[in-house]
Amino acid sequence: MTLSLGHFLTLGAILFALSVIGIFLNRKNLIILLMAIELMLLAVNINFVAFSYYLGDMHGQVFVFFILTVAAAESAIGLALLVLLFRNKATINVDELNALKG
Amino acid sequence: MDVTTGLFYLFSAVLLFAAFRVITARNPVYSALYLVLTFFQASAIWLLLRAEFLAITLVLVYVGAVMVLFLFVVMMLDIDVEGLRQGFWKHFPLAAGVGALIALEMAAVLMGGFRMDGAPRGAALAAAPGASNTLELGKLLYTEYLFPLQVAAVILLVGMIAAIALTLRQRKDSKAIDAGDAVRVKARDRVRIVQMPATRAAEPAPAEAAADAPQPGAKA
Amino acid sequence: MSSTLSASALLAVPLAPLVGSVIAGIFGTKFGGNLLGRRACHSITILGVAIAFVISAMTLYSVAVDGARFNATLYEWMVVGGLKMEVGFLVDGLTAMMMCVVTFVSLMVHIYTIGYMEEDEGYNRFFAYISLFTFSMLMLVMSNNMLQLFFGWEAVGLVSYLLIGFWYTKPTAIFANMKAFLVNRVGDFGFILGIGLLVAYTGSLNYGEVFAKKTELAGLTLPGTDWMLLTVACICLFIGAMGKSAQFPLHVWLPDSMEGPTPISALIHAATLVTAGIFMVSRMSPLYELSDTALSFVLVIGAITALFMGFLGMIQNDIKRVVAYSTLSQLGYMTVALGASAYSVAVFHLMTHAFFKALLFLGAGSVIIGMHHNQDIRWMGGLRKYMPITWITSLVGSLALIGTPLFSGFYSKDSIIEAVHESHLWGSGFAYFAVIAGVFITAFYSFRMYFLVFHGKERYDQNPDAHHDAHGHDDHHGHGHDAKPHESPWVVTLPLVLLAIPSVIIGYIAIDAMLYGEFFKDSILIDAARHGAMHEMEEAFHGPMAMALHGLTALPFWLALAGVVVAWYFYLVNPSIPAAIARVFRPIYVLFENKYYMDWFNENVLARAARALGVGLWKGGDQGLIDGAIVNGSWKVVGRLAGVVRWFQSGYIYHYAFAMLLGVFVLMSYFVWFKR
Repeated sequence: MTLSLGHFLTLGAILFALSVIGIFLNRKNLIILLMAIELMLLAVNINFVAFSYYLGDMHGQVFVFFILTVAAAESAIGLALLVLLFRNKATINVDELNALKG
Repeated sequence: MDVTTGLFYLFSAVLLFAAFRVITARNPVYSALYLVLTFFQASAIWLLLRAEFLAITLVLVYVGAVMVLFLFVVMMLDIDVEGLRQGFWKHFPLAAGVGALIALEMAAVLMGGFRMDGAPRGAALAAAPGASNTLELGKLLYTEYLFPLQVAAVILLVGMIAAIALTLRQRKDSKAIDAGDAVRVKARDRVRIVQMPATRAAEPAPAEAAADAPQPGAKA
Repeated sequence: MSSTLSASALLAVPLAPLVGSVIAGIFGTKFGGNLLGRRACHSITILGVAIAFVISAMTLYSVAVDGARFNATLYEWMVVGGLKMEVGFLVDGLTAMMMCVVTFVSLMVHIYTIGYMEEDEGYNRFFAYISLFTFSMLMLVMSNNMLQLFFGWEAVGLVSYLLIGFWYTKPTAIFANMKAFLVNRVGDFGFILGIGLLVAYTGSLNYGEVFAKKTELAGLTLPGTDWMLLTVACICLFIGAMGKSAQFPLHVWLPDSMEGPTPISALIHAATLVTAGIFMVSRMSPLYELSDTALSFVLVIGAITALFMGFLGMIQNDIKRVVAYSTLSQLGYMTVALGASAYSVAVFHLMTHAFFKALLFLGAGSVIIGMHHNQDIRWMGGLRKYMPITWITSLVGSLALIGTPLFSGFYSKDSIIEAVHESHLWGSGFAYFAVIAGVFITAFYSFRMYFLVFHGKERYDQNPDAHHDAHGHDDHHGHGHDAKPHESPWVVTLPLVLLAIPSVIIGYIAIDAMLYGEFFKDSILIDAARHGAMHEMEEAFHGPMAMALHGLTALPFWLALAGVVVAWYFYLVNPSIPAAIARVFRPIYVLFENKYYMDWFNENVLARAARALGVGLWKGGDQGLIDGAIVNGSWKVVGRLAGVVRWFQSGYIYHYAFAMLLGVFVLMSYFVWFKR
């Protein structure tokens, strides 16, 4: 059957779901959590590009541009924090990061 | 089924498999590498969607920079993988359930509202002679989105500064001095004047000690 | 002189003692730095009261001779929704007479105190208090509205509290002053209810405006009942008078108030504060005349007080207690007169009683000083040799009290007896019996005290109790325990003499004008058709001398004489008889000794119930409910809630991520399924 917008949207949805599952499964491993976040952003980007193509509107792609920018900055800082955390605690196990416990 | 559709299914399958492996791989390096694969597939899909600039950007920026960064960090840290994997498959049913629900809901929303069986409107634009995705993107960015563009640049700058500020460590064997401290120093922080007489008469030594080693007398 | 009085002169009457009191109270005590010495303090306060007395005397002259009157508002304090609260004076015959009595007795007491409180550390404070009392009482009697009356009422209560507890380190004094204040409070509750009723139905606090509406008030009933409104209001007002004038059952504070120094017993608890109730009822005579029920109530209560308090006076051994019970009994007489609608007679007796009772108290005080602060009459005797002036003046006072013809007490007491005889209200029969029997009793206990103190064998070296445990201040006499009694200094005996003079002559002089003349014509209103006692008495009156001669043949005189003879026999001739009678009538004697068990009832039933209520409210209400449930409970609830909410703040990133995802999921569901 011909490709339609729905295909791409479904793809985005499944990818998003996978990343949520990834968060659930990898609750202890901080690096995998960050990667799962990247997956989520990828899913969103796919949706945007698909919409941009099917609606003929370039604004979607502009938005993806910005999302890429911000995601890059965010992963940079996230990883810097991870490195710092590892320096101080020698672990990236989230279970040990409960100093902000209420 | 035409080539585009076939390619789409191929790329999607690989994408989903790679994404699944990202979250289930035991070795974090493998996860990172699978993530690279995921991004490549996504880039390919975007090419199918005539978003060339973004596709290449994804590869250049995301894979080339961000994933490399990830790999650096993963390889640099000595991670105890076993401890992290405890209770992994225990939560799989719940996770799968939640994930399936989210997927279904999103699909329902998007499908319900955006079925759109019609032809993609962007196809006509893209197929026109001399049409360039980059050009179109540039047209929008530098006119309507100029301010957000500058803001994005600042975000990147801030991110860079933040990352450096967070993780920068001083070398422990550096002999560099803060120039400001050097200028501000005062004499009394460095020198202490002690008043002492220039000469001092040697004390009369006791009789039996006279034969001992000479006393050090105070000299001028 | 004009027919209206000068407002500033009248204002000076209460303010002069107030200024004296403030100066002495602030600068003469530690509060202001002990700047004034004793001479300065007593001079300033005596000057203040003397000024008040002189102006009062002049006012009395203007009122009596020139017919001057004054009724005006001097200062409007507040207007609340149409109700005016003012400071004003109403000066007519009644007021002028009260002003003179109050200031004269106060002046005598001020002079007396110089001698009586000579060794006391609180000398300056005492003078400040008695001047303050004078101010309060004057504001009470001079007021032209019920609010100022109430102010004066409360103020005299307060100063009475301060003075009864003057020696505040003595536990009995503190007990007595609290008792006085609290019992007065009970009366004041009724009083304020009465004032409230009148204000509610007339919209005004001013006497004139309220009396102007009395005929319409007479037709109203209390809502929800079929009692006449005026009856209820008058009885409520009289409850206030019962508290202040120590009528049964609110009389219990007066004997205890003898804990205070003797000068104040004379000033407050004989002449002025206790007469405030009598004054108030007389002032409200237009209202009382319209309610027979209220008058009967007044009559019966007064009669009970007059008779039963007299009984208690017969067995007292403390010289001041005898006079205190005598005061209670005489207040009962005044109340009986009020109930018989003979308001002028009541006020007349108030005046004569003020003089001779103050005289008796001050005389008792002189005896106490002379006996080195021993107050027990069993250990006195034969004092007439050592204290002649005190002896003579006390004899004069006692003769006046029992109603010896020609003395002032005779005129007032016999008038009361006749007025009650003529009254036809319910209870007047009992009242007549009570006042007649009271004559015998009064004579008996008065002369019992007189004979035991001034005549007979000298027994003061047989006193088993040490003499210095009775009072809170040191005895610097330098006399030994067995030294002879001596006459008091002139500052003590001069007031005695000055009070003895009106005790003898004022009755003879004033009866015609006061009772049967025009003196009270616009102060006291009597409905002669319904309550004809005064009218009948007026017809029978032929002048004071004729009344005296007639009195020699009347029943009261013979009863009084019998009382004197019996007292002489029991205490001088055959002293073993009283003890024998006490043995034979033991149950009655015990009843009298326990003051009809009223104190027991008040302390063990009422006070204990009140304290239990207080403790209950404290433990249950304050600690349990407010502290426990509300204050502590609120933070405990918050704490528990917070404890529950705390589980959400685990510190784990994945918990927060889950929460976010859950939130997204919920929102999505909402928009997908419910917001179509």
